Amino acid sequence: MRNFITALVATALLSVLTGIVYPLAVWGIAQTIFPSQAGGSLVVAGNKVVGSSLIGQKFSSPRYFQSRPSAAGDKGYDAANSSGSNLGPTNKRLIDAVKARLKNFVESNPGTNARQVPVDLVTASGSGLDPEISPAAAGLQVARVAHARGISEDQVRQLIAENTRPRSAGIFGEPGVNVLLLNLALDRGAGSHGGTTPGT
Amino acid sequence: MLSNSVIQLVAFFLIVAVVSVPLGLYMARVFSNERTFLDRVLSPIERLIYRICGINPAVEMGWAGYAVSMLAFSLISMIFLYALQRLQYYLPLNPNGLAGVPPGLAFNTAASFTTNTNWQAYSGEQTLSYLTQMVGLTSHNFLSAAAGMAMAAAVIRGFARRSAKTIGNFWVDLTRATLWVLIPISSIFALFLVWQGVPDNFSPYVNATTLEGATQTIAEGPVASQEIIKELGTNGGGFMNANSAHPYENPTPLTNLIEMLAIFSIGAGLTHTFGKMVGDRRQGWALFAVMSILFLGGAATAIWAEQHGNPQFSAIGIDQHASAAQSGGNMEGKEVRFGIVESAMFATVTTDASCGAVNSMHDSFTPLGGLVPMVNMQLGEVIFGGVGSGLYGIIVMAVLAVFIAGLMVGRTPEYLGKKIEAREMKLAMLYVLIFPAVILIPTALATVLPAGLSGISNPGPHGFSQILYAYTQAGANNGSAFGGINANVPFYNVSIAIVMLLGRFMMAIPALAIAGSVAAKKSTAASAGTFPTDGIPFVFLLIGVIVIVGALTFFCAVALGPIVEQLLMMSGKLF
Repeated sequence: MRNFITALVATALLSVLTGIVYPLAVWGIAQTIFPSQAGGSLVVAGNKVVGSSLIGQKFSSPRYFQSRPSAAGDKGYDAANSSGSNLGPTNKRLIDAVKARLKNFVESNPGTNARQVPVDLVTASGSGLDPEISPAAAGLQVARVAHARGISEDQVRQLIAENTRPRSAGIFGEPGVNVLLLNLALDRGAGSHGGTTPGT
Repeated sequence: MLSNSVIQLVAFFLIVAVVSVPLGLYMARVFSNERTFLDRVLSPIERLIYRICGINPAVEMGWAGYAVSMLAFSLISMIFLYALQRLQYYLPLNPNGLAGVPPGLAFNTAASFTTNTNWQAYSGEQTLSYLTQMVGLTSHNFLSAAAGMAMAAAVIRGFARRSAKTIGNFWVDLTRATLWVLIPISSIFALFLVWQGVPDNFSPYVNATTLEGATQTIAEGPVASQEIIKELGTNGGGFMNANSAHPYENPTPLTNLIEMLAIFSIGAGLTHTFGKMVGDRRQGWALFAVMSILFLGGAATAIWAEQHGNPQFSAIGIDQHASAAQSGGNMEGKEVRFGIVESAMFATVTTDASCGAVNSMHDSFTPLGGLVPMVNMQLGEVIFGGVGSGLYGIIVMAVLAVFIAGLMVGRTPEYLGKKIEAREMKLAMLYVLIFPAVILIPTALATVLPAGLSGISNPGPHGFSQILYAYTQAGANNGSAFGGINANVPFYNVSIAIVMLLGRFMMAIPALAIAGSVAAKKSTAASAGTFPTDGIPFVFLLIGVIVIVGALTFFCAVALGPIVEQLLMMSGKLF
């Protein structure tokens, strides 16, 4: 019985320490020294929150670079319902979905053939919110975007380069192109720098 | 690209090795009540906790008393978490107005976080209020981890002491693990995560207007403070449904590196704590070597399988070749920033340690790539393992290994000068047998009951793998998933919760009993006939025992799932 009383008091006390004091301390410091990141790395354009630089969104216009396929929510890119497809490697539904995406991509990007399409462009990401595509996936969309916007392919490539994140410390992870920031930079006009504005 | 994968793997492993030594020696000081540089700040808080709780830190416990305290604490904290989830609608810090959690799911989540499993039957951003996330889950992440570290310290003392009746005071070990180890490390690295982009706020979900004019609701919350302890305490229950694949939980390759390091650091460090406390550092290095070899083997296999990709993708013409411009391989369920190597490594790390955080969807791995996490868990979560449970797990396996060596040469086996006799062997066998029993029996039941079969989301052998994985992670207290399985139904919520509780406590108690038993023994001096447990032969013997025990127990089951699926995939069969 004595053990249970000790357990009760210890649970209450340690829960307050680790569940209230610790997170509030981290929150307070984080809000002070990294307010933009702590607020969710929100991107503001024209006084509106247009998204988060860390959270992918859906793009369907030919004027924009496409993000990866998404299984988050019913329509994809539901940032309050993150999820992968969880389809297994021998599931016919997976292979059918990939085939359909591949066909769709080749048709909407004249001059490309299936063998050039990198795997990340036709597979759903783990979170359903992947903000990036591979440099190969970006490169394959240059002609379409340049044509739709009536700007030169070099201008588009320049913007891709500005919005590409290299491997960390030159070793870890893979390079990626941030789709939202790239598209925002295109909207702001080729050549201008696509920076983020800290949100709240 | 092969060279880059080798560099990433080796660089990560070296960082783990370098960090583990000072951390392990520091933890030895913490659990031996020796002076540390944090005493000035923490000792007054420690004394205050003891005074309020009525704990006399000078009074030690026998193994049974230690076990009873641990069980009492776990029971009370589990009831607390259950109540918090049920009542969250009426409590503050619920800006999104989430309803109370239904009973079956609340029971499952309470059992899951108390046992350090952290299985996600819940979907964080859709189910749990900020208060539940903080006071419920974040605190349990600390406390279940601290309880595991406490038990490891007790088992180490059992081997370190001679003719002793006690193995420590559970409340003291619990408090010191929390204050001296978990809180300081978490505080620093939580801020590192924020710097890299992990949010930490109490805002309502943000409504953004996308460039194409649609509305995107973005889940927010105090993510960073929970994220780091989720890894450091090998807990693994995500703030968000997609766990560490979510860009808010794990935004860059650097956060991925820190998260993997956090998962391994305490488990790896405890091998050195063990060596230090038993007075022979080489004994700790031997266990470290065993774990390292098993880790590197698993990681290399998973990377190879995932980089090799899905032959069905190649058949329809997609480019799966790695190059400077793309990672290639099986990218279904993986994030661009991690690619194949960091995803496969994370999957190996999170299942070697009983963490269960995921940065990619294991359900969508190739069969062989998915076999690696499953086998890691089936080997008993001893490859660095859960914080604390990994160390006492591998000590039980070491007892088994010296027993087998003793049988071969016809001598009474000894480990660290302690004679291993009938009582210790019975307890060790109990530990070894409970594990497959709590996994395989419910797996078999779920594959014949309609309630079990209805949870399957992938047809063919992969469906069986989903069920096997679910109960394997539960028994191993891991918490990762073949996530397509629909486990948020009464049958799985209740059965998985029971398996998690059995897998934690039915294994912790025999381990503590072994500690109590060997603590009472005298130490025998090593002789020419003693099998040394700090050399290369012992390392390979122990690896052999771990692999053979795991293979004998689980081979038939994995043959029906991932192995047959791999063969069918290579022959082009779809389901």
